[in-house]
Amino acid sequence: MTPEGVAAGLNAAGYLPDEGLATAVMLATSLHRPLLLEGEAGVGKTEVAKALSRMTGGELLRLQCYEGIDLSQAAYEWDYSRQLLHLRAVEAGRGDLATAEDELYSMRFLVRRPLLLALQGGDPPPVLLIDEVDRADDEFEAFLLEFLSEFAVTIPEIGTIRATEPPVVVLTSNRTRDVHDALKRRCFYHWVEHPDFEREVAIVRLRAPSVPEPLARQVAAAVESMREMELYKPPGVAETIDWATALAALGRTELDEHVIDATLGTVLKYREDAERVRHHGYATLVTAGMR
Amino acid sequence: MTTLPPARTPLADPLRLPVAFAHVLRRWGVRVPAGRLPLYATALGSVGVTSRSAVYWAGRATLVNRPEDIPAYDGAFAQFWEGGPPPTARLAVAVPVIVEAPDVDAGGPSPENGPEREERTEVVRYSAVETLREKDFAAYTAEDFDAARRLMAALSLRPASRPSRRLRPSRAGSEPDLRRTVQRALRTSGEAVSIAHRTPRTQPRRLILLCDISGSMEPYSRALLRFAQSAVVGRPRVEVFALGTRLSRLTRQLSARDPDAALAAAARVVSDWSGGTRLGEGLRTFNDRWGVRGMARGAVVVILSDGWDRGNPAELAEQMGRLHRVAYRVVWVNPLKAAPGYAPLARGMAAALPYVDAFVEGHSLAALEHLAEVVSA
Repeated sequence: MTPEGVAAGLNAAGYLPDEGLATAVMLATSLHRPLLLEGEAGVGKTEVAKALSRMTGGELLRLQCYEGIDLSQAAYEWDYSRQLLHLRAVEAGRGDLATAEDELYSMRFLVRRPLLLALQGGDPPPVLLIDEVDRADDEFEAFLLEFLSEFAVTIPEIGTIRATEPPVVVLTSNRTRDVHDALKRRCFYHWVEHPDFEREVAIVRLRAPSVPEPLARQVAAAVESMREMELYKPPGVAETIDWATALAALGRTELDEHVIDATLGTVLKYREDAERVRHHGYATLVTAGMR
Repeated sequence: MTTLPPARTPLADPLRLPVAFAHVLRRWGVRVPAGRLPLYATALGSVGVTSRSAVYWAGRATLVNRPEDIPAYDGAFAQFWEGGPPPTARLAVAVPVIVEAPDVDAGGPSPENGPEREERTEVVRYSAVETLREKDFAAYTAEDFDAARRLMAALSLRPASRPSRRLRPSRAGSEPDLRRTVQRALRTSGEAVSIAHRTPRTQPRRLILLCDISGSMEPYSRALLRFAQSAVVGRPRVEVFALGTRLSRLTRQLSARDPDAALAAAARVVSDWSGGTRLGEGLRTFNDRWGVRGMARGAVVVILSDGWDRGNPAELAEQMGRLHRVAYRVVWVNPLKAAPGYAPLARGMAAALPYVDAFVEGHSLAALEHLAEVVSA
C-alpha cells in the first residue's frame, strides 16, 4: 500500500485526507501499530476511523472514553444476572455445584466489550476507535498500554485472549491533558489541522452534495476568515458542513448579511463569539467569499 | 513486527540514517527515545526515500508526538535533508537560570531521604523556623531559600476531593456489586443470601497553578515556583503554567525530581522572565487551549499574581469569568495583600476580584500553609 493508495481509498469512503494524514494511516495499517490523532475539536479526527472502516470494510468498534471508564465497560464483564440464574437452576436440579462453578466463568457468560471484540478478528479485521482518550484516567491508560502493545486481554478466570490478526486502531485526543509518553510511543502520531481552502470546499461538496459549488466556496471562505478572529471556539469542518447544509436547506445559493445573521448559530456556539463576529461586521464575511 | 527484510530498507545499515537524523533532531530540542528509531527506519523503508514529502511525513508520524515539536522538526528536517541552518542559540543553549540558591541537598522530597530530611530540620532551631515561616519572601537571602526548601517540600497541597466514577466495594454502598454477590452465592450453594454493595470512590480534584512571572512579581516568583515544583512532583493531577507576556506550560519541566534541574528546565522554556504581564491575554490562551476545553473543569485553580497588569482590564474580567464558570474554585494569591493598608487597587486585581472565590496572601511560608488549607477546602 502507498500513501496515495490510502488517500484514494479514503476519498472513495467520503474523507479527503491531506498527504500527512494519508502517510500516517498507511504506516499504521501496514505496520500494525495504533494511530494517535490529536487536533482541535471539529477537525475530523473521529471521522478518520469511520472512513477507514468504510474503506477496509472492517467493522467499526467504537469506545468512547470518559472519566472513570474501566475494564467492565471497555474490555469485558461477566453476565452476573445470568450467572445467578444459572446457579439457581443447577441447585434446583440438584446438579453438581463444582461443575457449575466452572461453567460460570466460561465464554458463555462473558459479555464482550469493544476492546475484546476487536481482538476476535473478522474478515477484514475490525477498526477500533478509542475516542477522546484524554478523558480517561491514568489507570485506564495504563491498561490501554498493555492492550496496545500486546493486542491481548488477560481475563483471570479464562486466560489471555490474543488477537489472531491485529485490528486497525485509531485513538483520538483533544489534548485537554497530555497522554502519557509511554502510550504515545506505541503509536504513530498525527496532528490534524484545519484543511486548506480548496480541500475544505471539496469536503463540503463531498459531504453535502445538495450545496452548490459557489455557495460552498463562499461558506468555506467565510469560515476561514472567522478562524482568524480569535474566537473561543473557531468553527471546525463539521460546522462548515452544517452551515452549508443549513443554507442549502433554506434554498440559498449565496451568502448575504441577513442570512448570515439568521444562521450564525449553526457555526458559532458561544454568545461571545457571535458578538465578536457581529462586531467585525457580516459584510467582511460576505466579501471574503467573493474573492 | 517492527523490522522489515533488509531489501526494503534504504541503506545497507538500516539504522545509520535514522540515528544521524535523530542526533540532529535532539539538537533542535525534540526528545527522541532510541526505541523509536527502528520504527522510523521501517517507516522510511515502507514509504521509500525518493519523495521529499514521503520522507517528511514518515518522520513526522514516528518521531514527533506533540504539536509543540513540529517547528523544531521542520527545522531539523531542513538542516539534515536539505542543508538548512542549524538551530539558533535560543533553541540549542540554555538561557540564564534564575535559581541561584546553592545546592546543598540535591535529592527531592522522596520517601528514601525522608529520615535524613527530618534530621536536618532538627538542626534548625525552632525559633529560626518560626522566624522563617513569617519572613517575607522578598527579604529572603540565599540561605533562607535553602532552609525554606525543606519546609516547602513538607507542605502538602491536597486539593478538595470529589466523587469519582469508579466504584469500590463497600458494606453499605449505593450500587449492588453483582460480581461479589455471585462469588458469595457460590459459597452458599448457589443461593444469593446477601447482596454485596459498592460505592463511588473519592478522588482529589485537579489543581492548576498559574504563576505570574512578570517584573513586579520578581521577589516572589522564585519562591512561588519552588512551591509549585514541590506541588507537582509525583502528582499526576497538578498542572503549572507561567503567566508573563505570554503563557508557558511548565508541568513537564517542573516534574523532574531534582528541584534545581526542574527549575532550570522551566527557565529554558520561558522566554519572558521578569517582563511585563498581560494577564488577560495569558488567561485567554489558557482558557482556549486547556482550561475551558477540559483541564479547568471541576478543578481548583490557583492564580499567583500581584494583579499588576499592562493589558486590558475588560479582557481580564471576561477571561476570569470564563474560568470561574468551569472551575470548582478560583483562588487568587497576592503577595502584596499582606502589606499594611493594602487595597486591591491595581486595575487588573480590581477587575478579577468578582470572579475569585478566595483571595489570600502568599508572601511567606506561613501564608503558603494557609493557602494549602484554602485549596483543600
